[in-house]
Amino acid sequence: MTTPPIKPSATPVVRTVKYERKQYWNEPTMTWWEKAYLPEVLRGLAITTGIFLRNMGKWITGRRGAITTYYPEEKRADFAPANRGKHILTQRPDGSPQCIACNMCATVCPAKVIEIESAFDINDPAHPKSPIRFEIDYSRCVFCGLCVEACPEDAIRMEQDIPDLVSGDRYNMWLTMDEMLTWNPKQDVLKPYPPKPVALTVSDSILRGRESSTH
Amino acid sequence: MNVFLPDLVVSLVFITYAIVMLLSFGGLLTWVERKQAAVMSDRIGANRAYIKIPFTNIKLVFLGLFHGMADGLKMLLKENFTPKTHDALGYFLAPFIVVAPVLLVFAVIPFGGTLDPAQLFPSLASWFGGRTYPLQIAQLDAGILIVFAFSGLTIIGTMLAGWSSGNKFSLLGGLRAGSQMISYELVMALTIMGLILVYGTVDLGAIVRQQSGVMLGVLPKWGVFMQPFAAFLFLTAAIAENKRIPFDLPEAESELVTGYYTEYSAMKMGLFMVSEFIQIAIVGALFTTLFLGGYNLPFMSDAGFLFPGGHTVALSHGLVVPLQMLGFLAKVFLMCVIQIQIRWSLPRFRYDQMLSFAWKMLLPLSLANLVVTAVAMWLLEGGQ
Repeated sequence: MTTPPIKPSATPVVRTVKYERKQYWNEPTMTWWEKAYLPEVLRGLAITTGIFLRNMGKWITGRRGAITTYYPEEKRADFAPANRGKHILTQRPDGSPQCIACNMCATVCPAKVIEIESAFDINDPAHPKSPIRFEIDYSRCVFCGLCVEACPEDAIRMEQDIPDLVSGDRYNMWLTMDEMLTWNPKQDVLKPYPPKPVALTVSDSILRGRESSTH
Repeated sequence: MNVFLPDLVVSLVFITYAIVMLLSFGGLLTWVERKQAAVMSDRIGANRAYIKIPFTNIKLVFLGLFHGMADGLKMLLKENFTPKTHDALGYFLAPFIVVAPVLLVFAVIPFGGTLDPAQLFPSLASWFGGRTYPLQIAQLDAGILIVFAFSGLTIIGTMLAGWSSGNKFSLLGGLRAGSQMISYELVMALTIMGLILVYGTVDLGAIVRQQSGVMLGVLPKWGVFMQPFAAFLFLTAAIAENKRIPFDLPEAESELVTGYYTEYSAMKMGLFMVSEFIQIAIVGALFTTLFLGGYNLPFMSDAGFLFPGGHTVALSHGLVVPLQMLGFLAKVFLMCVIQIQIRWSLPRFRYDQMLSFAWKMLLPLSLANLVVTAVAMWLLEGGQ
């Protein structure tokens, strides 16, 4: 395998364009008054001192001279109306959580903060599964709302509030099922539920079937 | 050696007062700095540290005053981490060399008028034997020279800290501190020269006593009215000498971590901080002494007030002395507040700007001020 010889071009290219460094910054344009520095310093000091005196006057006369809100003692009043910062679990008319522990929210959660432990109630054939533990780790929650969208039962919602979990310990940042059910409880009024059926006794047929299968 | 016991007692009281005053100023200024910076930027400032009364749920916050205490405790209890490559002796000595001269400077600054113990405590009159004491720890003739001699020692501490840490950032910070402080010390001294020409003495007590009168009928005879330009130059140079923003190049945190005390931790770092805050008070005290009439309140003498209209208010000695001391403290505090205001308003210089500001602007201006003052004094005294 031989490489073909490189042919020299007939006319060598000569660069004639002179390279000019582009200037990416602006030359400072200051008047001699600004260059003298001192007047501008005094002007700046006058501005800051003015603000200081204004705020100090407010503090002395018992008003608040700052735009700060004392969190967690106070909550800001100016959260956006679209703000959704806290989860709740909706309830059926009888007060039980509407959640069917299907784990869709926990699956879709991008931060993987939802933990669900489900119970099985054989006596409620319409909704045999329900959560006995439903917890959200608010130290990791990103408030994306995907859990709300994923829920097939409209069981989890986000409300207009902030989590307000002030703690020095990350293990206190978990929102428990109790709080999600009791804080600002909501019922799913659009989907009325029949009362839970009377507890089924384990019928003879099932028992018999099991017996028969073993035989 | 014959020691007169009342002298000793009075000196000890004065020294205790000065040290307690300076250290509490240092502690208080951390709080003032935080709160003032917060108020002028629409914030609240430190307000969380509290002391809980035992067995109750009452938490004393006092506007965040305890933050300074929490800082001090933290610095005292932290591990004193030292780098592997440091020079042990220099590293150990540097913080003390920085702090001690700052405290020593106050020895020559008069913080009140003349005290006559016999008038305050008539029962002890025979013990004091009719002596009077100017409220000043050391009545030295070389007042201003002592001030400059001691504040010059601080440079050694900062450069030693920078060099002995074995860290390039520290070394750079120490170099910067050295060149900056030496440049600005020159300016500071030259601005004072005009004042020395006017007062004809370097004794700070005598300088303050000369400022007690009234000039042009209404103005108090303060240095700031006689040498307004020098007052401005002196304040600028003194802030630069203290290495505070806008002249905080030696510890520029965006360039050099914290400059010459990068490698210091715990209370050794705390000593650098404390010396910086005490030096604010010292600069305030020096400015007050030289330009704001020291302990003199306007139109006030040892006998009482004498207003320009001829109206007089006689005051007893027991009232005059506390008034003068409080007046001095109030002026010092005002100057501290002004320095903090400057520190939180102006951005930092570039290093070359800072040096050329000293050598090309402040130095010629202070020389011009000196020349003008000299010619004016020569003309005032008859032009001979």
